Amino acid sequence: MYKLIIKINVVGKLGRVWIAYMPTQLVWDKRFFVVFGQNASRCSKQVASPKSHGGEKLIRCLVIGSACSHSHPLPYLEKKKVYFLARSISLLSSLSFPLALSSPTNHLYSLAAMSIFEYNGSALVAMVGKNCFAIASDRRLGVQLQTVATDFQRVFKIHDRLYIGLSGLATDAQTMYQKLVFRHKLYQLREERDMKPQTFASLVSALLYEKRFGPFFCQPVIAGLGDNDEPFICTMDCLGAKELAKDFVVSGTASESLYGACESMYKPDMEPEELFETISQALLSSVDRDCLSGWGGYVLLVYAALLTPTEVQEKILKGRMD
Amino acid sequence: MVKMTDLPTKGGFSFDLCTRNQMLLDKGVQMPPFRKTGTTIVGLVFQDGVVLGADTRATEGPIVADKNCEKIHFMAPNIYCCGAGTAADTEAVTDMVSSQLQLHRYATGRESRVVTALTLLKSHLFSYQGHVSAALVLGGVDVTGPHLQTVYPHGSTDTLPFATMGSGSLAAMSVFESKYREGLTREEGIELVAEAICAGIFNDLGSGSNVDVCVITKGQTEYLRNYQLPNPRTYISSKGYSFVKGQTVFLEQLLLLVSKLVHVEAIFQLRVDEWQYRINWGLVPCLC
Repeated sequence: MYKLIIKINVVGKLGRVWIAYMPTQLVWDKRFFVVFGQNASRCSKQVASPKSHGGEKLIRCLVIGSACSHSHPLPYLEKKKVYFLARSISLLSSLSFPLALSSPTNHLYSLAAMSIFEYNGSALVAMVGKNCFAIASDRRLGVQLQTVATDFQRVFKIHDRLYIGLSGLATDAQTMYQKLVFRHKLYQLREERDMKPQTFASLVSALLYEKRFGPFFCQPVIAGLGDNDEPFICTMDCLGAKELAKDFVVSGTASESLYGACESMYKPDMEPEELFETISQALLSSVDRDCLSGWGGYVLLVYAALLTPTEVQEKILKGRMD
Repeated sequence: MVKMTDLPTKGGFSFDLCTRNQMLLDKGVQMPPFRKTGTTIVGLVFQDGVVLGADTRATEGPIVADKNCEKIHFMAPNIYCCGAGTAADTEAVTDMVSSQLQLHRYATGRESRVVTALTLLKSHLFSYQGHVSAALVLGGVDVTGPHLQTVYPHGSTDTLPFATMGSGSLAAMSVFESKYREGLTREEGIELVAEAICAGIFNDLGSGSNVDVCVITKGQTEYLRNYQLPNPRTYISSKGYSFVKGQTVFLEQLLLLVSKLVHVEAIFQLRVDEWQYRINWGLVPCLC
């Protein structure tokens, strides 16, 4: 029974690194899979020092991404081999996502059935109210059908009055965010002011279209306050085709349900409290119908009105945890 | 290895991620559906100029992504272009040629000609051998008269008195073929274009929502956005959904004050007075 492990650098700190081995009879095939995150060197020392556990030296392994998600002890291998593997972990940990996918090639049978957007799963929605806007996302990060994190951030701040949510492949979303922050900082240095949402939307569109024949697999949702505190929302497909909507925009694997929920629940010119309720209900009801997104919600509401300070509210919603 | 790939590039396409995407394709991953403009776009020449028309639906696979998108793009004050195909491609190509035409106008000091736009479009599309999937109907009036041309994704062009493109082109062409004649008046032209687009909207699944019309004559251009709305939303109830405050349960809340309004004038005045008082009474060491 093969076990599939995929590098999950996108999750960030795994805390510890575990070396996984196949069951004894397959060790001689010299196939091994590794899970790596941070602190690889610390683990190599830990593994090298013998543990006394019932007389036999055991190494625990964490298997991720397969049918079984429990940890189980495996027979000890020679110290030299272990150390070599620990070294290679720290080298391999800097490699990018595709290489990890390419090592156990025959285990990706289930990936073929899925679109690349369904690899991580996501749900994003942004809505416009009266002098306010709200942007909401789910919090699940998965590797196909396995949930890997339940506090994943999809909505990022560009500046105080501009936020971007990125759905689709998580690694591309994070790369895209880093590129955008870089470009915005350069803009701030040159222009000595923040970027307007319309300009930012054009920037995102240009960055995505630049990769027309090898695109980033992410769909951004941009929400911000423009001139005169006018709320602005916009979404794009993965090539940068802008859709400027006046009411709501959706993105992610749950987008079909979100379209339906938002169409029925949205009303123009909602006050901030009502807008928060509406967007939360639309998000929670849509992700309930999507396996790949959910595990709570995150809503960010920005409200600006004359003679009151701009208010930003972030709320974490309680939803179904399945 | 730090590469200078993050600096703003000089323009054009970048093929950085192609290797990775090809690897994913070989693994059997399906490429995502790009947003297309399923579309019905039409144009016709009438006695004073050109009328362009388009529907307003943008699709992403079988889902309607945008119910009211703009498919008639600005190229020059006297030239407009309708786009069908991949939405990102039509927008990018028309924006690029529009900028090039503006620069050309600055350089020559003359009104842009439709053939200039045509040549710029077809040379760009041909050089990408059809991979930039943009099918365009270009229309405008310049010093040489009214022109209507179609541009195909591979770079071929046709000059026609009436033209249709997109998935609804057959439905629209049937209307044109039966009702078009030379020397139409402006009202007749607009009505015929609207009828052709409606034929596309109602008979083609890739086209829908509203009708946009653009009338270009010598010296004047009129962009009639949402000229007809044959698909209004009549099914929604006027009450809508109303959620009570507190209906959604949230676990954590973070309230941030982004900007603070502080009235400083009064305080400043107080400080000035205080200093004046101190100076008067010699409490501040001065050099005078």
